[in-house]
Amino acid sequence: MIAPPAVWWRPLGRYERSWLTIALVWCLFLTAMMPLWFFLGRQNVPATSYRVAPAHYQKLVTDFAQKYQVGTENDLPIVAPPPGDVYLLAKAWQWYPVLKLKKGETYRLHLSSVDFQHGFSLQPINLNLMALPGYDYVIRLTPTSSGEFSLICNEYCFIGHHLMTGKLVVTD
Amino acid sequence: MATAVTAVPWLRTEEQDKTVFRTCPATGLKVDVAAERLIIANAVAAVVFLLIGGVYALLMSLTRWQAVHLLPANWFYRSLTAHGFDMLVAWIVFFEVAGLYFGGAIMLNARLVQPRLAWLAFALMLTGALMVNVIVLMGEADVAFTAYVPLKAHPTFYLGYILFAVGALLAVGLFFATWVVARAERRYTGSVPLVVYGLLTAGVLAVYTVISGAIAFIPAFFWSLGWMETYDAGFYRNLFWGFGHPAQQVNLAAMVSVWYLLAAITTGAKPLNEKFSRLAFVLYLLFINLGSVHHLLVDPGLSFAYKVTNTSYGMYLAVLGSLIHAFSIPAAFEVALRRQGYSRGLFEWLRKAPWREPGFAALALSLILFGWMGGVTGVTIGTEQLNLAVHNTLRVPGHFHATVVSGTTLAFMGLTYYVIPLIFRRELKLKSWATLQPYVFGGGMALVSIGMIASGILGAPRRHWDVTFAQAPFQVALPGTIHLTLAIFGIGALIAIVGGAMYLTVVLASVFLGKRQEASQLQLVVVPAPMVAGNGHAGEADAENHDSGPYAPRGTFIIVLVFLAFFATYYLANWWLLGRLWGVG
Repeated sequence: MIAPPAVWWRPLGRYERSWLTIALVWCLFLTAMMPLWFFLGRQNVPATSYRVAPAHYQKLVTDFAQKYQVGTENDLPIVAPPPGDVYLLAKAWQWYPVLKLKKGETYRLHLSSVDFQHGFSLQPINLNLMALPGYDYVIRLTPTSSGEFSLICNEYCFIGHHLMTGKLVVTD
Repeated sequence: MATAVTAVPWLRTEEQDKTVFRTCPATGLKVDVAAERLIIANAVAAVVFLLIGGVYALLMSLTRWQAVHLLPANWFYRSLTAHGFDMLVAWIVFFEVAGLYFGGAIMLNARLVQPRLAWLAFALMLTGALMVNVIVLMGEADVAFTAYVPLKAHPTFYLGYILFAVGALLAVGLFFATWVVARAERRYTGSVPLVVYGLLTAGVLAVYTVISGAIAFIPAFFWSLGWMETYDAGFYRNLFWGFGHPAQQVNLAAMVSVWYLLAAITTGAKPLNEKFSRLAFVLYLLFINLGSVHHLLVDPGLSFAYKVTNTSYGMYLAVLGSLIHAFSIPAAFEVALRRQGYSRGLFEWLRKAPWREPGFAALALSLILFGWMGGVTGVTIGTEQLNLAVHNTLRVPGHFHATVVSGTTLAFMGLTYYVIPLIFRRELKLKSWATLQPYVFGGGMALVSIGMIASGILGAPRRHWDVTFAQAPFQVALPGTIHLTLAIFGIGALIAIVGGAMYLTVVLASVFLGKRQEASQLQLVVVPAPMVAGNGHAGEADAENHDSGPYAPRGTFIIVLVFLAFFATYYLANWWLLGRLWGVG
């Protein structure tokens, strides 16, 4: 029906050559952006993670919450740790505990789940990361604005998924 | 040479061949009647699943449109699971199998090898698809399309996926066998047509896809039966997306092939340079499946180098393939239309294009929506760092509804209108509806994608029953604008569903009520004017270049430059937005 000509291996025309060159340059630019931002940007995807048994992670978080607890909200401890290692646990359907951080300080935020896969989504900042059972994901986080922020789950985690909200407070 | 052919037992000479062929009066192609029946069966199954998936689409969009909020939570998530499977797997793969039999047998004047095995493949796919649908409806598999471990579904769910995959793999194997046999039996001469070349690309990608799916789902099946204690969540994600994303690349390769076909049917266009277009398909073949890591960009356990190498398809070389098609397809029909006498200025050909021909309208809208919305947003959100602000928000479905629905589905809908007279051999009924349908469907889907993308930028999560978080312990204040953007999405969905219903009505009316007749021409509404210079169809005369003169594709060149400027603006704006985020690393 639309058989190719017998000889179709022909040089490219002028417009094809020009577009191919422009497109290739654009593709190389797209490629270069990620390594450039890796070295120069302040927002990169965390690449540190450890294997962790869910039960062990649960204990780490509970101990951490007890140590730095400063109050309670919705039956969850409010925890105000010093800069350094801080822990957040995802489970159906809760973010545990409520973290109270300081603006401008850098934290090593550990993130893991003890049951399903969950999606860490910090709003209205719109910062999104995955929380998987068995993986301790270590995020170097530096809050640059203060106030009350929401945590929602944006990975479907069974029928109570939309109930899974939490809170993160940043003080000046 | 005839003796060399008969020496191989599975090859047939003309005398030995018992295949029943008919000759198509419109195209002159020899049509294997057994292949034709299989094409009809697979196309009908595809349309039935499109209907089921469309009903779920209606219910879900009326739920996410917060002002309506129709379904209760459990039925929302149930619909989500079924909608994902019926649309992304059943509708598209059944249609593609029909397309492969068409490309492998009919376009090559060849016989389909082993039609019985093809029926077995059909039965396996149908059984698998029904198993998944039934078990989801029974409420035993509320795990979403992705079935992320450790969310556990009933074993029937995984088995359904596996049977479907085995059937699809068998169909792809038969397509390859048909091509090899066609070549050995000299059913065609020279190279395969570009459309078949694209379908072969899709076939190779499909083999990879299905194998990865099997490696993901077979252990999941064992795990759901209790034969396996644990199944690592990260490992499953890697394997699942080796199936889930490449499946969309199969759609891409098949859709681009359909674009070339629709351009040929509706305007008489032929590729300006076969080498250029085939190079683009080779780039898909080599690089595009790396893109499955798009879904894992903010996962723990994977390094920067792994993510960047894969998400960039090597060096965006698969994107280069798409950019080549973005030029070569419109350029092909620009040259064809200029040769029909519409050669004044830069854009006379565009004004005089056959906009009332359903296949051309579907092609043009599919090309625009896929490229400008689907492609641009896809490359942007697939950028490693940018994904931090995008992952699992509504921007993701906003992107893939532009690619798979506005792009692939619309192109396949456009093609169906030609399949009805050529393969079903029925008169197309309601032609004016067919003319209007691509605009209604494409317009609605454009609003769906815009609404979703805007909601996602504002933080709205995907796959979520209630973004007001009314029953949640902590109140969440997403910007109030999401009610506007979700309404745009909801209204767009209603329009698109009207477009989908129009499509189904035209198809059903034609198949059941259309006069039985042989097609006498390819076009349905607008017959192209005769070419002024040369003939648009294959011939050595067309080996001339189009560097200058009245037939040069100058208009397309301007269009692709504007497209690139839009692409760059959107892409760089996203980096600017990312730079305003908290420090993270």
